[in-house]
Amino acid sequence: MAIVRIAPAVNGYFAAGILPAKEVAMSNYVIEAENLTKRFGDFTAVNEISFHVEKGEIFGFLGANGAGKTTAMRMLCGLSIPSSGKATIAGFDVYKQTESIKQNIGYMSQKFSLYEDLTVLENITFFGGIYGLSRKEIAVKADQLLHELGLFDHENTLVGSLPLGWKQKLAFSVAIFHEPSIVFLDEPTGGVDPVTRRQFWDLIYKASDAGITVFVTTHYMDEAEYCNRISMMVDGEIKALDTPENLKKQFNARSMDDVFFELARGAKRSGD
Amino acid sequence: MYDVELNHITKTYENGAVQAVKDVSFGVKKGELFGLIGPDGAGKTSIFRMLTTLLIPDSGTASVNGFDVVEDFREIRKRVGYMPGKFSLYQDLTVEENLEFFATVFNTSIEENYDLIKDIYVQIEPFKKRRAGKLSGGMKQKLALSCALIHRPTVLFLDEPTTGVDAVSRKEFWEMLRRLKEQGITILVSTPYMDEAALCERIALIQNGSILSINTPQEIINSYPKPLYAIKAHKMSALLHALRDSNLVDSAFSFGEWHHITLQDSVTAEQLKVSLQAEFPTVQMEAIEPGIEDCFIQQSLAQHEVEL
Repeated sequence: MAIVRIAPAVNGYFAAGILPAKEVAMSNYVIEAENLTKRFGDFTAVNEISFHVEKGEIFGFLGANGAGKTTAMRMLCGLSIPSSGKATIAGFDVYKQTESIKQNIGYMSQKFSLYEDLTVLENITFFGGIYGLSRKEIAVKADQLLHELGLFDHENTLVGSLPLGWKQKLAFSVAIFHEPSIVFLDEPTGGVDPVTRRQFWDLIYKASDAGITVFVTTHYMDEAEYCNRISMMVDGEIKALDTPENLKKQFNARSMDDVFFELARGAKRSGD
Repeated sequence: MYDVELNHITKTYENGAVQAVKDVSFGVKKGELFGLIGPDGAGKTSIFRMLTTLLIPDSGTASVNGFDVVEDFREIRKRVGYMPGKFSLYQDLTVEENLEFFATVFNTSIEENYDLIKDIYVQIEPFKKRRAGKLSGGMKQKLALSCALIHRPTVLFLDEPTTGVDAVSRKEFWEMLRRLKEQGITILVSTPYMDEAALCERIALIQNGSILSINTPQEIINSYPKPLYAIKAHKMSALLHALRDSNLVDSAFSFGEWHHITLQDSVTAEQLKVSLQAEFPTVQMEAIEPGIEDCFIQQSLAQHEVEL
């Protein structure tokens, strides 16, 4: 039997989802993974990873090229069914409730996030609609968003002609427009100048303050230090998981770059 | 005498609507490892394309090995190696075929210059029958570098060679560059990673088509105008807001686990700490040496103020 559950509220908006009655009494964890595994034939891309992420936490998911990050993230987003193990995302099961997962998460990557041939407002309206917001909600929130980002004079500008930094800020805002429980950021901030990058992190802090869990992968090790906690994947397994401060202590390293190097140089796999 | 020299180079696109490079001048000495450090859209790629004779400047002059980039473009093309930011080898040719192709185009052979690429090429040689399109990011990068070197260039242009490559491969790549430098090759490399700046002999910080400063990394750090502090507390987001609202603070930027701040003139670190103690009892603060990224932020904001 299934009942309608009210998902975590953010700023007074509610996202409705369906889940089995027994799971209503959920924990404070927004992501729970236990021995999560994905095999492709003989190849174990993700090998029994276990971790929890709390509500509002900024969680860094790091690893070398080919470590299995993308495969793991695809399972957590409900895009790929695990071979074995358990995981829930915002209380939804990664085997059976993939559609509910998709409604309760946001996703942004540097490679694709917005339609370049649509205007700023058209992108906002489109993604708001996809996530089931009403026209009225979209209109009110779009107004607010354009003001916050200082894009009010540019609502009819094609996204393709915006500077990269603006695109990234807009893409992030669109990814959390429907106030998801979790937003997945896949290599979000490559290439922008240091000041713009910090404005981007200001937005992430703000989302986290509002209770949205932020799950981020990045190649910038200095950027990893913004996260509350970091996991490091090597050859399909999580080899370390802690706060940046503790990881640096544990590996007697000056920077996260050194921690990463210590862990990843023994990696057997390499790839994209 | 500079091996690569730019004098007041300007480049615009779309009939002048987009100013990609604005009056840029600098010189790279023979055998120097010189870095162009800046974000996307700073003008790095346009500069590389003009120096490799693939684009013609709107105004200004530039030379490579003493040859003019417009008049003597054929001479320059024989002499330089260029690794573009976008992977530009033939994806349908194997590793070995790509290398052979580039050697042949430059009237040489793999054997003739093998000593120069050996250290790099041996790492991908086990995959020499594999198509280039099927290589991992790190291996593509090594193949592209081998192809750019196979005719023994005097100047090597590397446009963001480490973008999108993980930290381990990045480190290996910089070690390779250091070894090439020892062979006397002049290297001009661009990167958006501020931490890589420290690995160059001299760097130019570049933003919005203009050079912010040119110097050795250490001199750029030494010229940071104010004492810099790192500060942290349990609530980092709230702390950042408090710092920006404080009239004791001049600038405040998040830097991962810490925030980096400068203080208003004549304000002491102790004064600030005391003012924060009530709201942030766990506050820690220490004086630190700036990094290149701190310098970049400071200089780009200073330039911005001048423009306003």
